Amino acid sequence: MSADSKKKQNEAHKFGIETRAIHAGARPDAVTGARNTPIYQTSSYVFDDAEHAADLFNLQTFGFIYSRLTNPTVSVLEERMASLEGGRAAVCAASGHAAQFLTFFTLLGPEDEFIASRNLYGGSITQFGLSFKKLGWTCHFVDPDNPENFRKAITSKTKAIFIEILANPGGIIVDVEPVAAIAKEAGIPLIVDNTMATPYLCQPIAWGADIVLHSTTKFLSGHGTSLGGALIESGKFDWAQNDKFPSMTKPEPAYHGLTFYETFGDFGFSTKARAVALRDFGPCLSPANAFYTITGIESLPVRMERHIANARAIAEFLDSHSAVSWVSYAGLKSSSYYELAQKYLPRGPGSVFTFGVKGGYDSGVKVVEGVELFSHLANIGDTRSLIIHPASTTHRQLSEEQQAKAGAGPDVIRLSIGLESIDDLIYDLDQALSLV
Amino acid sequence: MSELHYKDSFIRKILIETKAIAMVGCSANWNRPSNFAMKYLQGKGYHVIPVNPRYAGKEINGEQVYADLADIPVSFEMVDIFRSSEAAEMVTDQVIELASEKKISVIWMQLGVRHDEAAQRAEAAKMSVVMDRCVKIEYGRLFGELGWSGVNSGIISSKRPKVRV
Ligand SMILES: Cc1ncc(COP(=O)(O)O)c(C=O)c1O
Repeated sequence: MSADSKKKQNEAHKFGIETRAIHAGARPDAVTGARNTPIYQTSSYVFDDAEHAADLFNLQTFGFIYSRLTNPTVSVLEERMASLEGGRAAVCAASGHAAQFLTFFTLLGPEDEFIASRNLYGGSITQFGLSFKKLGWTCHFVDPDNPENFRKAITSKTKAIFIEILANPGGIIVDVEPVAAIAKEAGIPLIVDNTMATPYLCQPIAWGADIVLHSTTKFLSGHGTSLGGALIESGKFDWAQNDKFPSMTKPEPAYHGLTFYETFGDFGFSTKARAVALRDFGPCLSPANAFYTITGIESLPVRMERHIANARAIAEFLDSHSAVSWVSYAGLKSSSYYELAQKYLPRGPGSVFTFGVKGGYDSGVKVVEGVELFSHLANIGDTRSLIIHPASTTHRQLSEEQQAKAGAGPDVIRLSIGLESIDDLIYDLDQALSLV
Repeated sequence: MSELHYKDSFIRKILIETKAIAMVGCSANWNRPSNFAMKYLQGKGYHVIPVNPRYAGKEINGEQVYADLADIPVSFEMVDIFRSSEAAEMVTDQVIELASEKKISVIWMQLGVRHDEAAQRAEAAKMSVVMDRCVKIEYGRLFGELGWSGVNSGIISSKRPKVRV
């Protein structure tokens, strides 16, 4: 084979997700040859001269100014996230919530509205329903089980639809494809929080999502070490198709009259989120946290395989336990979301799910206090197995009705299954359940 | 319209072999995309020659502006078109005529600019054509700078990158 035809073949080759989890965004350092990504623990970067500085501030050239905007370690994570999700570009943030804020600040103005699935992480329900309200943004929550509910809620002020494809606290899967079609018809972006599934299990852009969000705090960093968030844009949304998105298509006063969509094209949204929202509000990811997250992602595919195998075994164990009234895991044939899981999450529907313990609130408290190996804490996606009673913790701020609607009623216990020996996890849950 | 695909090696070769670029429709307004691209490419060592009858005789980013491609007194390898797709057809036909005199070998139409028939005529005249791409973005992508803005370059490699310029 000639060198030329060999090269052509290489270009046609598509790298698999296991390879991209390790390599995307991270070539050896151009100067030192360092193979692993260095932690660029620096706040700022020297300019060559005044002209170079001006070009950087004007976004006329690519480069680093100040780590609130860009940092070489964080950039590696951003490109990796964009690659894993099959997107065009990404921006990282200090946390998942910060990434949500950057997204909506870039999309919305005062008086604007968006529609969200009511099955979300409790913190997101609070952020959207209460804190965003103070900024003049209104979120309408709908039951995602019937995609038509999204269409019915759309008004002339609606600027986006937001869902968690695999919803926290667990077991619920949204039928993304018809929801994406509804968003497309309305000329608004579909935003999907893919934290619970990770790009290893599902890539929402392939199903029509325009923006994907992550709390990288969870399975991506994977070891419970580092807060972080990311927004990924598909690059396929046409911001100029209607007059709903002036922040993308009209000169931006907060950036010397720059028009972001026209200037940056298919990475205009992430550029705007960085150059205005991240610049002006400041929730940037630290380089050290980016490093831990990059390292975590390298083993994401193998970790997810074990997370899922363990979760499946625990779900089956609980399903047949006498102290358990129900198990909400979409990998169980009895789940009403089983078919959707097969379609959207063929490798398995994650490792976070809920079950109901007989005896309600008090029994729930007994179980979380009775476990020894499971850690009682408010996180998911750790190597360690985690347990929580949402009604008394993560979903505590919600009304009882909201709790029930979000799948976090008084008898609900949420598990995030880790990577330990499966026999030990079953042993621990069994002894805790024997206390109720 | 079908999506356009260009091999990385094809674009890289163009960017390496090009020394001078005539930029048709270049704006004098600093916050317009064409001005952005000009400034960036100048910084990478390209000689960028602005073409725009509105500013003929004046300067943009330190370079004299010409009213028409035919007026440029030096040769240039690439014509980069910041005009509408319809206008790009006329420009392309003019470039085909000027190609041997000015030693032009590449017609590049910017993001959102595309004219398939004009491109076919240019390719029949042995010119390389790139449409609906930004020279600045492609340069940044292939020479490792675009990832600094979190953009997916699509490049996977364990070789130490060669920094150009
Ligand atoms: C699905 C989901 N989205 C968003 C978040 C918020 O992320 P962070 O805690 O990183 O701000 C969480 C956190 O629990 C989550 O589970």
